[in-house]
Amino acid sequence: MRAEVLVIGAGPAGIAAATAAAENGCKVIVLDDNVTAGGQIWRGATVDSANTQDVAKQRAMERLQRSGAQVLNGRSVFSADASGTVQTLQETASGNVVEQFHFEKLVLATGARERFLPFPGWTLPGVFGAGGLQALVKGGYSVAGKKIVVAGTGPLLLAVATHLAEDGAVISSVLEQATLAQLAPFAASLWTHPAKLVQGARFRVKLWKTPYRAGCWVIEAIAGSGQTLASVRVTDGTRTWTEPCDLLACGYHLVPNTEIAAFLGCAFRESFVQVDSAQRTSLPNVFCAGEPAGIAGLEAALVQGEIAGLACAGRSHASLQRRSAAERAFGDRMEKAFALRAELRSLPRPDTIVCRCEDVPFARLQGHQGWTDAKLQTRCGMGPCQGRICGPAIEQLLGWRPVSIRQPLFPVPLQAFCFPDASENNTTELIKEKA
Amino acid sequence: MKCFDVLIIGAGIVGSAVARECALLGWRVGVIEGGTPAGAATAAGMGHVVVMDDSAAQLALTAFSRSLWRAESTKFPKSVEYEGRGTIWVAADEEEMAEVGTRQKVYEEAGIAASLLTAAELAKQEPNLRHGLAGGLLVPDDGVVYPPAAAAFYLAEAKRLGAEVFYARALSASHKQVRLSDGTELTADRIVLAVGTECDLLPALPIQKRKGHLIITDRYPNFLHHQLVELGYLKSAHKVTDDSVAFNIQPRQTGQLLLGSSRQYGNEQPEAEAEMLRRMIDRAKQYMPALEKLSVLRVWTGFRAATADKLPLIGPAAGLSEDSSLWLAAGFEGLGITNAPGAARLLVDGMLGRESAIDATSYLPIRLTEPARLAHA
Repeated sequence: MRAEVLVIGAGPAGIAAATAAAENGCKVIVLDDNVTAGGQIWRGATVDSANTQDVAKQRAMERLQRSGAQVLNGRSVFSADASGTVQTLQETASGNVVEQFHFEKLVLATGARERFLPFPGWTLPGVFGAGGLQALVKGGYSVAGKKIVVAGTGPLLLAVATHLAEDGAVISSVLEQATLAQLAPFAASLWTHPAKLVQGARFRVKLWKTPYRAGCWVIEAIAGSGQTLASVRVTDGTRTWTEPCDLLACGYHLVPNTEIAAFLGCAFRESFVQVDSAQRTSLPNVFCAGEPAGIAGLEAALVQGEIAGLACAGRSHASLQRRSAAERAFGDRMEKAFALRAELRSLPRPDTIVCRCEDVPFARLQGHQGWTDAKLQTRCGMGPCQGRICGPAIEQLLGWRPVSIRQPLFPVPLQAFCFPDASENNTTELIKEKA
Repeated sequence: MKCFDVLIIGAGIVGSAVARECALLGWRVGVIEGGTPAGAATAAGMGHVVVMDDSAAQLALTAFSRSLWRAESTKFPKSVEYEGRGTIWVAADEEEMAEVGTRQKVYEEAGIAASLLTAAELAKQEPNLRHGLAGGLLVPDDGVVYPPAAAAFYLAEAKRLGAEVFYARALSASHKQVRLSDGTELTADRIVLAVGTECDLLPALPIQKRKGHLIITDRYPNFLHHQLVELGYLKSAHKVTDDSVAFNIQPRQTGQLLLGSSRQYGNEQPEAEAEMLRRMIDRAKQYMPALEKLSVLRVWTGFRAATADKLPLIGPAAGLSEDSSLWLAAGFEGLGITNAPGAARLLVDGMLGRESAIDATSYLPIRLTEPARLAHA
């Protein structure tokens, strides 16, 4: 299948990019790995609720539909090359379908995932990522009556706690590792972002009984009988105490999904894809919008996506630059506010598992020359998740930047590599396996 | 300036094995690694410890070296994952089955255990092979290792015996002097180039890069029991011109399957190529159709250090360099893992003027120099 503009990711950034490009006459295809568009932040949001985000999503989705961009859900990109092809896998009831897409311009709007940091007990049943637990609840998992500690860092914690409370959970505390002093300038700056302030207020209304403790973090998850979570040990740096709970929702802000960009060979600026004011990467036909270009939240994703879409269509985006700069500044303040404290690096004990796929404990990661050396000698990061979980943790713990992204970008059946040669046929080819 | 008896450039499996062999003599040993130890061909390869009989000299070296692997197999740490899995050379049809018989005799004469498998026996040993294959040759004493850990074991042993490792690039190495990228200067009576495909230090090295692709799957314990190689592999490996693929699959201790193989000359791009992968997978499916459903975790490529006669360069660099302090342990193509301990032994024999367990003249670098070639012509 051929698109002038191919967008990967149907979260806010991808939706905005696709809409802008399609409204300006481009043939646009959006690929998304979820069953419905919306990304992580708009996942499962419904129109009938009074939620402001739902209204925003609804509006964005309607405009996308009118624009003529074609959204293809359930497609996961497992291989790509900058010369103009992307390969996807779709799991259907009748088997796996492999498709090949050709593009002139590519927009990477691949979003972000939660950062996990290992601490003793983090692999116990009952310990979840904060965003992970929220996604489970949106998918139907019941937390009614469950006592939950929400911990880690980032604006997501309050959103998750609110959502869990709305679903009947008892939030015993929200633990933010950043200090109040660290958070204050960020909180103050929210006055200039009314939309964000409204969200924050909503959280406070739902959680008015729940203690929000800044400068506190979980140092250990403790199992009860039956080897599931019973309590957590918490510290504020001087004092430690135990909080009993049924579940722990713990996430340390976000890490960008940059695997496709890295695989294509885009230049990076630290952990993020390097872009210019048109959201163009170091590859002239590849653009990047939203979290992979710098964690800055929903509004940034929307404006960056629109800029990328306009740039793809050859239209001016000058009028959006001020908004874009403001959102980028917001992202920078957020990064400072939720910067991880050094103590988190010393939480793992020698036997604390760091790589869950390959069961690699912290002790085995020490004494190596770097990521590649550690990887070769311990297989850390070589399991099914390909280092997506342990990579960012190791970057925090040991300071090693993840290296070498290899295809497939996620595990696929061997058969997926047997796609007919692109030169033989330019239209979509389907390989249907028997289920 | 620091002085050593021997400086080894390259901490891949060959350089690390040489370092240990030298350290065992009580020599002052220095090892120089500019990248990640065992991070190039050693990391990219399969880790098949295998007797191969492309030539008498290849048979002699692989058999000798395999005997060293086996002798040490109980001493390795768990991470080395040494397993005496055995190899089955799979015969697709009666013509190949006849070749299996010839091959068994060659192995027998060389004292290598090898037994014929009928079609039914083959199916019993490896139920996931397709029906209708003619049979095979089981070589029970071949093994499987995890190469980066094996190299690390050799290097750790060398260090335990006093060897020193320098993590910097060697900028020059000649006439007993080595200069490193961090400014360090070292001196030694002998300098060993165990450089894989990196020929910068001695551009005259007659080594060509030969690209290969490998695929690793998720964990499927008991899907496969032996390393399986199609009988045509030797033909594929022997070819020195065209790109070729062959069915070659290895069971890892983790339950993962390592699937190969491809060979390409004149392609120095590290990217995995869709066309080669497709050819490899098509070939593999002809032998093992059930593979197509298995989940692939990763695909990668690597470069073998190939020589014109498919034999490694082990010995003094005479003929390639005027420098009598220079020694070579390079050009192992696809057999660097198998031949590492054997090559280390032969190289040290040569340095000491000691007699070797096998005739080492076939591997002397001088054979590939112009005058030597003319003399043979």
